[in-house]
Amino acid sequence: MKIALLGNPNTGKSSVFNMLTGLRQQVGNFPGVTVDKKFGVFSLANEEHTLIDFPGTYSIYPRSKDEQVVYDVLKNEEHPDFPDLAIVVADESNLERNLFLFTQVYDLQIPVILVLNMADLAKKNGKSINIPALEIAFPGAKIVETTARVGLGKDRLIQDIQSISKEKHTDRFYTSAKICSLDDSKGQEIEATERYTLINDVLIRVQTTSTTKTEASSNKLDRILVHPIFGYIIFGAILMIIFQFIFAFAAYPMDFIDGIFADFSAWLSQELPAGLFSDLISQGIVPGIGGVLVFIPQIALLFFFIALLEESGYLARVVFIMDRIMRPLGLNGKSVVPLLSSVACAIPGVMATRTISDWKERMITILVAPLMSCSARIPVYTLLIALVIPKQTVLGFLNLQGLVLFGLYTLGLVAALLIAAMLKLLIKTREKGFLLLELPSYKSPRWGNVGITVWEKVRVFVWDAGKVILAISIILWALATFGPGDRMEKAALKAENHAKELKLSNEDSERFVASAKLENSYIGIMGKGIEPVIKPLGYDWKIGISLITSFAAREVFVGSLATIYAVQEDGGENKRLIDRMRSEKRFDGTPVYTLASGASLMVFYVFAMQCMATLAVVKRETKSWKWPLIQMTFMGTLAYLGAFITYLILS
Amino acid sequence: MSKALSIIKPGQLVTVASIQDSALKPKLMEMGLIAGKEIRVLFRAPFGDPIAIDVHGYVLSLRLDEAGLIQVTESIGSEVFA
Repeated sequence: MKIALLGNPNTGKSSVFNMLTGLRQQVGNFPGVTVDKKFGVFSLANEEHTLIDFPGTYSIYPRSKDEQVVYDVLKNEEHPDFPDLAIVVADESNLERNLFLFTQVYDLQIPVILVLNMADLAKKNGKSINIPALEIAFPGAKIVETTARVGLGKDRLIQDIQSISKEKHTDRFYTSAKICSLDDSKGQEIEATERYTLINDVLIRVQTTSTTKTEASSNKLDRILVHPIFGYIIFGAILMIIFQFIFAFAAYPMDFIDGIFADFSAWLSQELPAGLFSDLISQGIVPGIGGVLVFIPQIALLFFFIALLEESGYLARVVFIMDRIMRPLGLNGKSVVPLLSSVACAIPGVMATRTISDWKERMITILVAPLMSCSARIPVYTLLIALVIPKQTVLGFLNLQGLVLFGLYTLGLVAALLIAAMLKLLIKTREKGFLLLELPSYKSPRWGNVGITVWEKVRVFVWDAGKVILAISIILWALATFGPGDRMEKAALKAENHAKELKLSNEDSERFVASAKLENSYIGIMGKGIEPVIKPLGYDWKIGISLITSFAAREVFVGSLATIYAVQEDGGENKRLIDRMRSEKRFDGTPVYTLASGASLMVFYVFAMQCMATLAVVKRETKSWKWPLIQMTFMGTLAYLGAFITYLILS
Repeated sequence: MSKALSIIKPGQLVTVASIQDSALKPKLMEMGLIAGKEIRVLFRAPFGDPIAIDVHGYVLSLRLDEAGLIQVTESIGSEVFA
């Protein structure tokens, strides 16, 4: 049986979902749209049921991209996801507004169960519902009371799922109900007025309120959390804690994963029989997978904190206090989470923009999110900083290298905000942005829900980014392994002879040969091809190769340089690579990596859209190649000009 | 006499009189803001915008632009909420 799970936001819908399906959850797509379809399978008495979790809505008429799918599925009985049964989750402490959506679904005459959730909160607020009386008002539905956060009411809900008639019921709550078309706003307004009148008639009969206290305890906390001064201080402090975890503590598991893959790849190239296929595995696929998996600790930690803030109800307050600041920039209070996520990785950041109902504000958020310095830039930044920025303290206590790193992050943030303000003027739209947001009451988070969210995000990242990064690493491997005709073989032979003349050790001559081969591979030729373009930025063709390869993912830059300079990176220690880079000279004998060229490279990496996976996700989210291409163009231009100016000033 | 919700001070209890015709009107109504409904302005964000209102037991935040679409009348016996 196909079961649709519907409900307002903040009703504990996901708790009901988790209660019924546990960890047997999957994410797919609704046909034709890009909204994720979260569904889970559970079986009762040997019958399999699929529970589809629809986005939280206040009405079946959509007001955002996310909500559209509810309307699309429910109004069309031929739709492959049209449900045999609907479960509508309602917050018992706020029944009036929750019954609005329920009565709309009820009037579709699909078999329906009304779940009165958060029964505990309703009791605390002094509200109680006479369920038999409510059942009289809705003879076609079954009604069950739960507190899904702690798993209360599960058995009764399951009983109802099994015992409810699978035939459509014939009752209607709002007798003149029909589904209005989406552009019939007059019809929707009349429906809203009349439905609420009917709902209030029912509530007078079934609901008793023992206290006059309507404003919950949230109000006291809100006095501090949305306070003009303390509100921002607390938000700032929370951000600091999150970043401390993401950057300092995530480094240990990341090094561990990195080490495992480096060892595994080295072990494979020793153990596998020599040949092209073995090379593909040990040099293309395994490092490619490692390059994706290494980001899991950061992404998991970031989403752990975001889920925690969301579950507790605090995140809505962040949107509330940030909205006015973000608005002049063409952004929305809801842009804070996508931008924050982009500091770990732009892919989940771009996906998190779906909650922004205004098209223009959503588009601007997507376009600027990749300017936030993501974690893939860290290896590039740290290598270049160690290379060209002296280890010294300024003002007595500030570490200059750390200061530069901080500056690079700031540069990305400032660029994102400025570009957003420019895009606000450039992107035309007829509709005005809006923000209508429920501030849910504060709750202590359920760890199970947090854990499941983290698991989902990590899985989506590994699949979405993983596919692209893996594919591109294989392509890059091929471009670096093959060259036109026998050019590579000739170069290798020449290098071998040269190495013999120089009486190099076996190991050194192997590297010498590898370097010569790379120079004559397709990718080496490409690097030389773009040299005239990147020369004004202070780069040579070897850096050019790394710029091209890091299109797969930015951190590939470091690995490519290691290959080009034919040094081995041992255990994440870039020491030898750094020494080799320091001694790298141009034809005229000046060093390649100076303060000017190093800083120019850093600036380039702050701005450039060096990430195919992000482009692919932007394409998916905006449904056209237009936006990712615009994004790549303006980021590329910014990177080129920024790097050029930096080089000019510093040299 | 009705006023725009956007100029109502925190703590005041008001009644929705009407909503200006706009693309947002049906959405606002679905959120429970229908004529005759009593609402209380709870607090404002730093910089005075957006505002948070209590709509029969739930807290809704909206920008001043949206609040400006809503005409309200001051409820009888309305007092500033301490």
